[in-house]
Amino acid sequence: MSVLTLPAQPGQDTAPRPLPWRRMTWVTWRQHRALLISIPAVLAAAAVVLVIFGLKAHHDYAALVNCPLNQGQQSSACGKMFSNFNSNVWPLANALSILVQLAPVLIGAFAGAPLLARELENGTYRFAWTQGLVRERQAIAKLALLGVTLAVLAGAFGWLFSWFFQPFLWTEQINQLSEGMFDASGLVFPAFTLVAFMIGAFLGMLFRRVIPALAATLGAYLALRLGAWALHGQYPVTVVTSNAKLINAYETPGTPGFPWILNSWFTGPGGKPLSSAVTSRLQDLPLGGSLPPGVTEWFKYIPLSRYWPMQFMEAGWLLVLAVGIGAGTVWLVRHRAA
Amino acid sequence: MNVIETSELGKRYGKSWALRDCTLSVPAGHLAALVGPNGAGKSTLMNMTAGLTVPTSGTATVLDGHPAGSTAALNGVAFVAQDAPVYKNLSAGDMLHLTRNLNRHFDTAFARARLADLGIPLNKKAGKLSGGQQSQLALTLALARRPRLLILDEPLAALDPIARQDFLAAVMTAMTDDGVSVLLSSHQVAELERVADFLIVLSRAQLQVAGEVDDLIAGHRLLTGPTAEADEYASRLTVVQARRGDAQTHLLVRTTAAGEPAPLGWEAHSVSLEEIVMAYLRSPGVGEAAPPTRVQRPQPTEATR
Repeated sequence: MSVLTLPAQPGQDTAPRPLPWRRMTWVTWRQHRALLISIPAVLAAAAVVLVIFGLKAHHDYAALVNCPLNQGQQSSACGKMFSNFNSNVWPLANALSILVQLAPVLIGAFAGAPLLARELENGTYRFAWTQGLVRERQAIAKLALLGVTLAVLAGAFGWLFSWFFQPFLWTEQINQLSEGMFDASGLVFPAFTLVAFMIGAFLGMLFRRVIPALAATLGAYLALRLGAWALHGQYPVTVVTSNAKLINAYETPGTPGFPWILNSWFTGPGGKPLSSAVTSRLQDLPLGGSLPPGVTEWFKYIPLSRYWPMQFMEAGWLLVLAVGIGAGTVWLVRHRAA
Repeated sequence: MNVIETSELGKRYGKSWALRDCTLSVPAGHLAALVGPNGAGKSTLMNMTAGLTVPTSGTATVLDGHPAGSTAALNGVAFVAQDAPVYKNLSAGDMLHLTRNLNRHFDTAFARARLADLGIPLNKKAGKLSGGQQSQLALTLALARRPRLLILDEPLAALDPIARQDFLAAVMTAMTDDGVSVLLSSHQVAELERVADFLIVLSRAQLQVAGEVDDLIAGHRLLTGPTAEADEYASRLTVVQARRGDAQTHLLVRTTAAGEPAPLGWEAHSVSLEEIVMAYLRSPGVGEAAPPTRVQRPQPTEATR
């Protein structure tokens, strides 16, 4: 309508364009290319190890299960196979599982801590955060894109790890609901990775230096894991029973769906609690042995079927925590940029 | 239209103020020079104007009332921070693409042509460019955004004399061709005297003086006269700086009426921009916000009577 609204030199680049979020995809990719290549590369290398080693473990496990080991007719070949599995295969699997426990914090710290701290350290934030795209949107886009990418990678890796670890659940009597296994599988593993990443980004923005942020991220993550451990038996999925038979199933290896027993206690006639002296004497009785008349043994446990409800609960609060820390990071970007 | 307006703007880091009570307006179309010693608050003022630093007190608006740091402000303001930060691991071409992706306006053709003119190869990593080339790259990226206000924090510090001339020439071209207003900080006053037509002097976190260069030169006089009369005379004037000798005293004063005649025995001279700047920097506290300096005369009070 008016000549004045035309740009001085008409050209496709001079006219204002909308700034959709997807522009940040290229920016994030280009700025964090090294990270986005190296983390999948390391995980892929680890995955190859897990697959090769896992195939062997599954093969040996199949042979073990078919061995009449516990029927009172234990053959020496089976015994050898079992001890070989325990002394050769398991230690390596155990070492691998410890490394996998560390994966979320390593991924999160090395991706998260430098995300903003490096910009602040190098002074490039003064370039990036004075461009047309407001800095909160830049930060949100980077946190979301990298966070989701890392969580998806961790989710896939955790899935592979839980396949790999299946044989050892029985041979090493490890419960699928206990820390080592539960936290490294399902939804919880990627959720921990996401939280570690957000903690790293937040502390990087807070300390404005990469190395202190890295160190603090490791510390904060350790505290978080300890807190999560304490919460583990507290989710509202526990069951209380006096059916000792269910618990005695522990003595029969290979029973699927073995529960995670949290604790047990005794009650006297009429459900009255017993004195500690009596209780300690009762505890010395062999498991499954007959109890004095009127005395009942109670068990508090989590059935294996509660694996997914527990996963959703733990991943849920971790996700809320991650979003909260992310929001705190964006707040710092807005208010503490310089 | 004012490209920059601040009102009682202040920023405190911990217990110390980097800038306080800064009320200022810079009209459009100027090359405004922001001068002051290191630590005077120049970068703080620029960072707040660019929207990077959130003020502790007061407000800063740009381009006719848009709050600094708002989307509208960011679209119209390009900022080249001190040491011209660029991503050292990105090539010049990647920097160009990055800046294009982060802005609503970006003239890629202009940026490519300008980098070609400067002999900066697009495939070379920004970190491998010389200091002068990095500054030129940062300026090119800023100009290609077609800003209405260009803020340059100590852009000349890292440049050799020829690069300085080239840099200032590029800025002046943008001003005449595209009507860009410029705020440029430096502690090298002499260099700015030729190009700046608006001056802002900061010292010790306070605004000392701000105004158009012509007005400042017209509004300041160096008065020379007998020291014996200096105190009496000075009490009637706004003295920026006084240099007292045994016989003669030099008073650099702010005058409102240009034609006001000097009293008998006093000579009035006009002063250069550099002299004005130096006078404000040597005697901070005579800022616009501060009351006119007066020689204190002891008044008899109840207690002393």
